[in-house]
Amino acid sequence: MHTHGGNDFVQLLTPEGERRDHPDYPLDITGDEVRALYRDLVMMRRFDLEATALQRHGELGLFTPIIGQEAAQIGAGRAMRPGDFAYTSYREHGIAWCRGIEPLTLMGLFRGVTNGGWNPYEHNMSIYSIVIGDHVPHAVGYAMGIQRDGTDDVALAFFGDGATSQGDVHESFVFAAAFHSPVLFFLQNNHFAISVPVETQSRQQLVKRAEGYGIPGIRVDGNDVLASLAVTRAALKRIREGGGPMLIEAVTYRMGSHTTSDDPTRYRSNEHLEHWATRDPLERVLRLMEREGWADDAFMASLDDEANVMGATLRDGTRALTPPDPLTMFDHVYAEPHQQVTDDRAFLARYLQAAQSGDES
Amino acid sequence: MVAALNAALRASLDRDSKVLLMGEDIAILGGVFRVTDGLVKDYGEQRVVDTPLAESTIIGAAVGLAMRGYRPVCEIQFDGFVFPAFDQIVTQVAKLRVRTDGQVAMPIVIRLPFGGGIGAVEHHSESPEAYFVHTPGLRVMAPATPADAFVMLQQAIASDDPVIFLEPKRRYWDRGEVDLAVDIAHATPMGRARVTRSGSDVTIACYGPMLRTCLEAADVAAGEGRSLEVIDLRSLSPIDFPTLVASVERTSRLVVVHEAQGMASVGAEIAAVVAERCFWSMEAPVIRVAGFHTPYPPNRLEQHYLPDVERILDAVDRSLAY
Repeated sequence: MHTHGGNDFVQLLTPEGERRDHPDYPLDITGDEVRALYRDLVMMRRFDLEATALQRHGELGLFTPIIGQEAAQIGAGRAMRPGDFAYTSYREHGIAWCRGIEPLTLMGLFRGVTNGGWNPYEHNMSIYSIVIGDHVPHAVGYAMGIQRDGTDDVALAFFGDGATSQGDVHESFVFAAAFHSPVLFFLQNNHFAISVPVETQSRQQLVKRAEGYGIPGIRVDGNDVLASLAVTRAALKRIREGGGPMLIEAVTYRMGSHTTSDDPTRYRSNEHLEHWATRDPLERVLRLMEREGWADDAFMASLDDEANVMGATLRDGTRALTPPDPLTMFDHVYAEPHQQVTDDRAFLARYLQAAQSGDES
Repeated sequence: MVAALNAALRASLDRDSKVLLMGEDIAILGGVFRVTDGLVKDYGEQRVVDTPLAESTIIGAAVGLAMRGYRPVCEIQFDGFVFPAFDQIVTQVAKLRVRTDGQVAMPIVIRLPFGGGIGAVEHHSESPEAYFVHTPGLRVMAPATPADAFVMLQQAIASDDPVIFLEPKRRYWDRGEVDLAVDIAHATPMGRARVTRSGSDVTIACYGPMLRTCLEAADVAAGEGRSLEVIDLRSLSPIDFPTLVASVERTSRLVVVHEAQGMASVGAEIAAVVAERCFWSMEAPVIRVAGFHTPYPPNRLEQHYLPDVERILDAVDRSLAY
């Protein structure tokens, strides 16, 4: 585990809650800003608990827990500008949160009432991508579009350690480097692709892949929200200024299961889990806030209230998500009418109607 | 036909500044078949892009460009090289519109020189259309003549739907009249088949490279006193069944011809639908003339694999024997 678990990364806040300086990634941050980040982390942790519980109660078919990875995502998400565009996998609830997508909106996919859930252009974030690594070339193409438009926006691709073995991800590095495209590859190394450890994906630190493609790479403590924020900010600034693509490897840990259908006890030890529990992304921010006097009772109580309201909204809202009219499955398959779809739709409409009149008679 | 396709690309690049071309060897070289010859000089390397050699990300990057408002026209150099991009095509290009409830358009054209008959090395003579016809969300088109190549490619690029555009590579060097002033909005619509030759005894349905072969067969048949009606399908998704059904209702017989393997093919789909819709009009079962259920053979054997005039006439004989 040494190869991938080492501490040779950018860290601005230790697990004990102590600030560290880094010559390349200075971060001036106020108490209010830290509290805002802590709020994001707490809301994501709560969202995770609520959504997992909803799945256990049968309200969701499946859920993909974020627990453990909140800091990597919130740091990166809060470094983005509105004009930037995110392409993500299916565990990036923290990015969605930062892009203004309501937690309830994410439930549609997991409840099985939609295969998307939001308008990507309203949030500048594409819908979740399920096939591993598929969305990474999309970010590169989007970045090629940015180049042609002549703006200083950046496309971001969020993916995991498992995805780094996919051909599409390698090809994306090649394309981005060849065209010097404004894309940030944000890799969350959470140590597992379902059950397969990161060592099976790479014999050396994943960040080292970047050099082979001619892309700068930075390794950051993914459980440190301040480091994730500072490093992502710096990377985005460099890319905006024409520096070309970059890779960030955020070293984090998936504290939960791969999905709610998974049983992680089959492939990882309690020792490993306990080790990572001491590096919890929320705990260290709380310690910093306590030390600095930013965790006053009023703030903590209001945060608790807000999480409670979000939880209640999520529970009620999820239960109220009902399947759409069956005939909507035919909508939007094509932009212009396609006879096969028209015929199939007409068949199902007649069939449903006949079944309904049969029920009534 | 190469010149007609080149002219269609020029017209599309002129018409819409969001159109851009990308693929392997398409800029400096002008494409291995020269379809994009001279375009980088006139439109620049931002719009005519030589990509790294990676088919999956040619298509994957096109998805991102489309999401940013561009209309990418991707060249896959040969039919057999489309499979590395298969996932991006069927998982992403075909589905993003429906998965986003229509918010995201995928106006992507994937140009694919297809089919055999040019004596090429393996993986350069494939007919992969059935994979794409099977996939909801894609349109599949195959011109057979220079005139249609000119019109249909422009229609494909103007469409907000993704189009697999199959170019019959052995007809690239065919000559034919092309009306460069044609208004694509008023040309034959993109989903429509065309009765290329009228006849009364047997309907022959075909597309792409097989049109010329079928017309030659019809000439031979005419000399033997048999009148074949030849339908150029032009579009494989959707398939223009009304035109097919109207013809079969008159002739009572249908032979479907394509290079692709017959198993679970366009011909199989046509046979099933025509049998269902024309059951009471038919005098013979639908007969397919197609590639065999083998990988495309070494090119010294391809004349035994590819449907030719004799095999088409043999099928006509079998149909008329009922």
